[in-house]
Amino acid sequence: MDMFTLRRIKLSDVAFGKQTCIKKGVLFINKDEMIQNLLDDNHLKNVDIQLARPGESKRIIPVKDVIEPRVKLEEGVDTFPGIFSDADYVSGKGTTIVLEGVGVVTSGKIINFQEGLIDMSGPGSEYSVFSSNLNVVLVIDPVDGLGKHEHERAVRIAGFKAAHYLGMAGKTASFDQEVRYPVNEIPELVTRYPDLPKIVYVCQVIAQGLLHDNYIYGLNAQGCLPMLVYPTELMDGAVLSGNCAAPCHKHTTYHHQNNPIIEDLLSEHGKTLNLMGVIIAPVRTALHEKERIGNQVLKLAEMVGAEGAIVSEDGGGNPEADLMILTRLFEKNGIKTVLVTDEYAGSDGASPGLADVTPEADAVVTNGNGNHKVVLPPMSETIGHLECVDIITGGHTGSLKPDGSIEMEIAGVMGSTNELGMENLKTVAI
Amino acid sequence: MKKITVVHYINQFFGQLGGEEKADIQPLIKDGPVGIGAQLEKVSEGRYSIVKTIICGDNYAAENLEEAGLKVLDWVKEVSPDLFIAGPAFGAGRYGTSCGMLCKLIQKELGIPVITAMHPVNPGVDLAKKDIYIIEAGDSARDMRSVIPKMVHFADKLLNHEPIGLPEEEGYLPRGIRINVREEKRGSRRAVDMLLKKVRGESFVTELPMPVFDHVPPAPPVKDLSTALIAIGTEGGVVPEGNPDHIEAHNASKWCKYFIGDLDNLQTVKYEVAHGGYDPVAANDDPNRVLPLDAARACEKEGAFRELYGYYPVTVGNVTAVNSAERYGREIGEMLIEAGVEGIILTST
Repeated sequence: MDMFTLRRIKLSDVAFGKQTCIKKGVLFINKDEMIQNLLDDNHLKNVDIQLARPGESKRIIPVKDVIEPRVKLEEGVDTFPGIFSDADYVSGKGTTIVLEGVGVVTSGKIINFQEGLIDMSGPGSEYSVFSSNLNVVLVIDPVDGLGKHEHERAVRIAGFKAAHYLGMAGKTASFDQEVRYPVNEIPELVTRYPDLPKIVYVCQVIAQGLLHDNYIYGLNAQGCLPMLVYPTELMDGAVLSGNCAAPCHKHTTYHHQNNPIIEDLLSEHGKTLNLMGVIIAPVRTALHEKERIGNQVLKLAEMVGAEGAIVSEDGGGNPEADLMILTRLFEKNGIKTVLVTDEYAGSDGASPGLADVTPEADAVVTNGNGNHKVVLPPMSETIGHLECVDIITGGHTGSLKPDGSIEMEIAGVMGSTNELGMENLKTVAI
Repeated sequence: MKKITVVHYINQFFGQLGGEEKADIQPLIKDGPVGIGAQLEKVSEGRYSIVKTIICGDNYAAENLEEAGLKVLDWVKEVSPDLFIAGPAFGAGRYGTSCGMLCKLIQKELGIPVITAMHPVNPGVDLAKKDIYIIEAGDSARDMRSVIPKMVHFADKLLNHEPIGLPEEEGYLPRGIRINVREEKRGSRRAVDMLLKKVRGESFVTELPMPVFDHVPPAPPVKDLSTALIAIGTEGGVVPEGNPDHIEAHNASKWCKYFIGDLDNLQTVKYEVAHGGYDPVAANDDPNRVLPLDAARACEKEGAFRELYGYYPVTVGNVTAVNSAERYGREIGEMLIEAGVEGIILTST
């Protein structure tokens, strides 16, 4: 049996300094060096780095992705496989160094509609794990005339590069905690826990094209069939986000690295359940593609003898058809299924919250109504472009008030109704 | 202490006028409490004073809902009470319908607290539950003793503007409104717990009971395309340059129609995409890709149909609430029928 170790370094503050390093829990960043490193990409015209700490009166908008700095301790392998190195190894083994409490936040106007907001204090900060991170924000301007797709790619790669660069500072720093996870092969799981229910976790990843894409080992998931992985592979960045879907419920790379369903299943593994593996399931747009993928997910689940499954949604609307197809397939074949989703129940909460339903979906965890309206007070400082709030998902013309406060739906707050269950929001019927 | 003034609405049976044979009685108004009204006053420990009781026959109310409503509204307006109570109606359908309708009307028009009580399957529940609070009651008057205190307790909360808790805590029927709350455990942990229960065959409660969707039967085919007026429309958010009516990128609050009677195709730049749910690059390059005006004009020239309708309806179908979508669909349909359109090509993104 292999083991996988997360070597966690807990950061209490972040600041600019002469050298990028970690001293007594503080991450110091050589700003010029880091910017030069990112400007190697000739698609980028300007990069600025700004810092946002929990409790500060700062608003970051528009946000595309959030990434946690992680690097491998061993040589010859890397986090974010397929990005900086060929994916000529399997992730999720060995030791990975984590800069806990730090988030690299990529921002800039890409699609606008599909980027979100992070508030570092006030009521907006109660909606997202990102508000309690020490955020290293990359404010990125592309070269003139760069197309949207190239722009998205350049910003995506810059985020991984920055997270990797900062992670390297952890190589020589002392750590606070090592968390160890087993990496079990199937025969071992079967013989070791013969009496525990066999469980799989199915993680949807949007692969719809049109900038709604995720990457598996660096490969656009559009071209992938479902894939069975060790739970720990995701902790190393086997799945990366390039996703420009609604901010409240798109999985960022940070969510994939810190997938709470995997964490909570592993905490029960060997005690109350036997986690047989994780199935990454791309979400395509056409029905025949959804049926092809659904049946391949079922096959993988049956191959490992699954008796129960958790299926998490990525995005909203269209992926709900995939959720329901899979629920019907699983339940018909005796695999008891729990769905993890969120809702768009209207601002009044009176609309049906899903775009597709099936009676077999009798066990659903919901992470809140994205249409819920909030008023976010003005912040002293904006990192990015505040006027974007009028056009991002969740905003509307007039969202930005003259005093700098914002009236919007929480759909525009990054990760607010995260469908991996990272937060503790849910809906109840009254 | 000043008493809380109440107008109480009951049917002919509880009004002690008679049974089914008196169900045609028109609304009438009496001073003071009648029948169970006294019980309401007693349970309130004398704080409530039922100044007027309005009695109406079940059939009359059911058949003349609007007239009866206006009459009752006039009376209540005149009395100007602190509170309006209707019923309890238990399982009685006609009675429940009038209780629900009257409470809704009086709350809307007079802005005073209203309360009624019914059995969950009473048809009055679906009619009014989204707008008012309905206390859950049994299906017959045997439940009177337990339901009256619940009504008084809840009415006190409304009168005092106290926060209202969950249906099971307060005893009202769920209104079908979903609100956000914080749970102690995060979503992932709740999913693991639910799965363990489901796998073990233990009972569990889903957090999202599946809604039931309406099914729209397809319209019959157009009889003769060669004589038909045909329209094109889209939920893909193709709008004139600058999105003049500010259709939202997500959960749109409106649909719009724009004139295309003088165009052969949608020119780039003059039309653009306001939709937040897909990558607009290809459609901004050529808006005909989402709203195929160029192809529709070609078909029109070939005589595939008589004429293309001069306007196109458009909204943004992106995480739009189903209730809004239903309304836009109905309104767009009405607009097209009025214009004599026999068929529409709706494109979806």
